[in-house]
Amino acid sequence: MMSEVIVITSGKGGVGKTTTTANIGTCLSMKGYKTVLVDTDIGLRNLDVVLGLENRIVYDLVDVVEKQCRLKQALIKDKRYDGLCLLPAAQTRDKTAVSPDQMRKLTDDLRQEFDYILIDCPAGIEQGFKNAIAGADRALIVTTPEVSAVRDADRIIGLLEASEIENQMLIINRIKMDMVKRGDMMNIEDIMDILAIDLLGVIPDDENIVISTNKGEPIVTDEKSLAGQSYRNLTERLIGEDVPLINLDTNNGFFGRLKNLFRIASSR
Amino acid sequence: MGFFKSFGGKSNSKNVAKERLQLLLVHDRADVSPKFLETIKEEILNVISNYADIDEDGLNVEITKEKKNNDTYVPALHANIPIKKMKHGVR
Repeated sequence: MMSEVIVITSGKGGVGKTTTTANIGTCLSMKGYKTVLVDTDIGLRNLDVVLGLENRIVYDLVDVVEKQCRLKQALIKDKRYDGLCLLPAAQTRDKTAVSPDQMRKLTDDLRQEFDYILIDCPAGIEQGFKNAIAGADRALIVTTPEVSAVRDADRIIGLLEASEIENQMLIINRIKMDMVKRGDMMNIEDIMDILAIDLLGVIPDDENIVISTNKGEPIVTDEKSLAGQSYRNLTERLIGEDVPLINLDTNNGFFGRLKNLFRIASSR
Repeated sequence: MGFFKSFGGKSNSKNVAKERLQLLLVHDRADVSPKFLETIKEEILNVISNYADIDEDGLNVEITKEKKNNDTYVPALHANIPIKKMKHGVR
């Protein structure tokens, strides 16, 4: 298969880019795809921590670009998931240490070896962002259902279009169905009305995410978590499978659960 | 406005959020910096001055929003051009 370079971006910080990158990456490798995750948040690296690989870093992205080491030496093979590799960011430099051209060369090299190259983009629209999108074929934009996040996502969408990355899909993260039902949180339709790009998936707010990061074990490996299931479904949609959105409505009570059963059974 | 669409005591902060966002994005998307508006203002002044004397102090160019039929907002460039008098002999 042709390799794909996918950038995961958002504009706003803290909406779940790194968590999303880690989980989609882990899930892809579990499905047998050779996957590399690239952390471009130089100076504030976090992908290593979320994956639980922080003790395995020897070389990093900047070392590779400055030719202090070979690419192979910097890539960390995750021992838990066959086919998953991490290229960590440098922690003691900043985002000017790498240029878009260098990123393009790097992603070209990575295409030789991997099916999927996921680029974890830092927050913001400056050098870090420009580096992250440089080699990308497509973009996943992560937002939460909050005003600031949606506003920033809109700006990012505009910048991506200006950079001719037209294949863009949205991930709505940290949705809280109880707040949506009370009218205190925008729902999927509201956000789609505003941002008007294709939706890849919706991830519910889930305390288990905190726990999974505490342990350095991506939530897609947790069979019971709703967020984990959502990430697994989302990854399947990413690779072209047709998976309906989970009904995130956790209606308690007998009739609520009965209604849910029928709804799930009859939904497309 | 959307504030009054609620029924049954349901909170509506999300409708407020949505409306605020829609208005906000009209401006954000118009991508207009003050410098850009200044440039447009000058060029409009130059062109219209071929045909009329303009009260330059009263010249105002701004980006506002117009509501369309389907309840969405689009950016609109509004130029207010007070004319002192028309020039004669100009083709």
